[in-house]
Amino acid sequence: MTQTRARALLLTPAGLWYAALLLLPLAVVLIFSFGERSAIGGYAPGFTLEQYANLPARFAAFRNTLTLAPVGTLASLLIAYPLAYFLAVKVSPKWKTMLLVLVIVPFWTSILIRSYAWIFLLGGKGIPALLDVIGLADVRLLNTPFAVLVGIVYGYLPLMVFPIYVALEKLDKRLLEAAADLGTPPWRAFLQITLPLSMPGVLTGSMLVFILLMGEFLIPAILGGGKVFFVGNALVDLFLQSRNWAFGSAVAVALVVIMLITVGIYTRLVKRFGASRDDVGLM
Amino acid sequence: MRLYALAVYAFLYLPIAIIALFSFSAGRSASQMQGFSLQWYGRALNNPFVMEALWTSVRVAFLSAVLATIVGTMAALALTGMRGRMRRVFDLLVQIAVMIPGIVIGIATLIALVSVFDLVNPWLEVATGWKLQLGIGSLIGAHGLFTMSLVVLLVRGRMETLDPALIEASGDLGATPMGTFRQVTLPQILPAILAGFLLAFTFSFDDFIIAFFVAGAETTLPIYVFSSIRRGVTPEINAIGTMVMAASLLMLIVAQLLLRRSQAQARR
Repeated sequence: MTQTRARALLLTPAGLWYAALLLLPLAVVLIFSFGERSAIGGYAPGFTLEQYANLPARFAAFRNTLTLAPVGTLASLLIAYPLAYFLAVKVSPKWKTMLLVLVIVPFWTSILIRSYAWIFLLGGKGIPALLDVIGLADVRLLNTPFAVLVGIVYGYLPLMVFPIYVALEKLDKRLLEAAADLGTPPWRAFLQITLPLSMPGVLTGSMLVFILLMGEFLIPAILGGGKVFFVGNALVDLFLQSRNWAFGSAVAVALVVIMLITVGIYTRLVKRFGASRDDVGLM
Repeated sequence: MRLYALAVYAFLYLPIAIIALFSFSAGRSASQMQGFSLQWYGRALNNPFVMEALWTSVRVAFLSAVLATIVGTMAALALTGMRGRMRRVFDLLVQIAVMIPGIVIGIATLIALVSVFDLVNPWLEVATGWKLQLGIGSLIGAHGLFTMSLVVLLVRGRMETLDPALIEASGDLGATPMGTFRQVTLPQILPAILAGFLLAFTFSFDDFIIAFFVAGAETTLPIYVFSSIRRGVTPEINAIGTMVMAASLLMLIVAQLLLRRSQAQARR
């Protein structure tokens, strides 16, 4: 009994904080999404589905987010997997920790400043100048979807490398030895043992990156030059420039709903692959 | 394979290196190296707008990290070993706080606070001559909410690896629950708590997107940097960026060392 009371006391401040600055704001967004824009901007009470009916007006932002988020996730995955494999399987224990830390370090420095660094590299005096030397004059990189993609991969690569590394590191090396003893060529062993067993890491990493990309604002704002709009940019525009809170709220609700659906599907997949891992264990 | 890894590391570090390099340029161009000089660092440190933004960032990061660490640790202690509906509710809250995009948290907090302020202020102003507005307070609240969730995850993770026998032994030897906490539990979870604090500080210090919405008239360093980039890149921004990266790195190295010590303790 006293323990229950002690627990309740310990949880109260956190509970109040969550109620005041997480649940209340999310509830307000939901309520506002059914309201209207007042004449002076902001919000006027009401109950209408008009804001949701207006969602197609921000179709481009949703389209960009829903293409570049998966493409960015996939590109990060394709670049991260070999590196994670290298770190988990090929590198000697002596260097492992240091090389791992070197992957994470950039992630822990300001994404704002790291994204802005690409303005130099993709801008006129950077890579385009190099391409000019080999005869590819007038290649425009900055302020294109490509620039945003580069920024995305650069920004979130460490988040992908780490879970895959952890999954590969846990992999029972005896399985690979057994496969080799039974005459399985390495590439088949990779496809049938290593790859399936690293799936939990692949799915975790992809989910982390995908979630962050869905709400992305900075990278498109800095590297997309106002041409490659994400939902995040549309939200900033709606709330801070046009002050259309009701419509902005509907856009935010739609974004969260899409995210929850995707995460739900992902969690299912993770569970399925989790189960198949046990099957291999029984083998 | 090795070449591939090398290429990825180059990809990861080239942009950072370029910013750091250009920050030492003596010329006015932000994207070209023209001699070596520290002048841009001097300019940045003597720029009153930069210093004011830095001071706001430091205050917000420190206060929100202190609050998040205390409240998060309390919650983590309560949640360890807890079952039932309350536990599920809190697990869900922690998950929501970490999963909802920062931009949605930012706008949601903005419109909720502004609406509440609009409601309360007419009364409050009459009663006290003072009114609520966005600023340091809302920054601390919004940053702390997110980082408190990180602290909960970190400290709870550490608590779950503790040996319950130690706590029982302490009780059997006649220690009060508070004494057991101070002398047995706290020393063991302290590295995780400190790491949580440093992560919280770094997150708040680096955060742009939530701050962008809830800062009101205040300017944090990331907000200053963002609006400066909008006006065009300068070597001064490179210098600020290099200093910010160096400071974040330092904090995180310390956090990592603490976490490793905490893990080493857990293994013992």
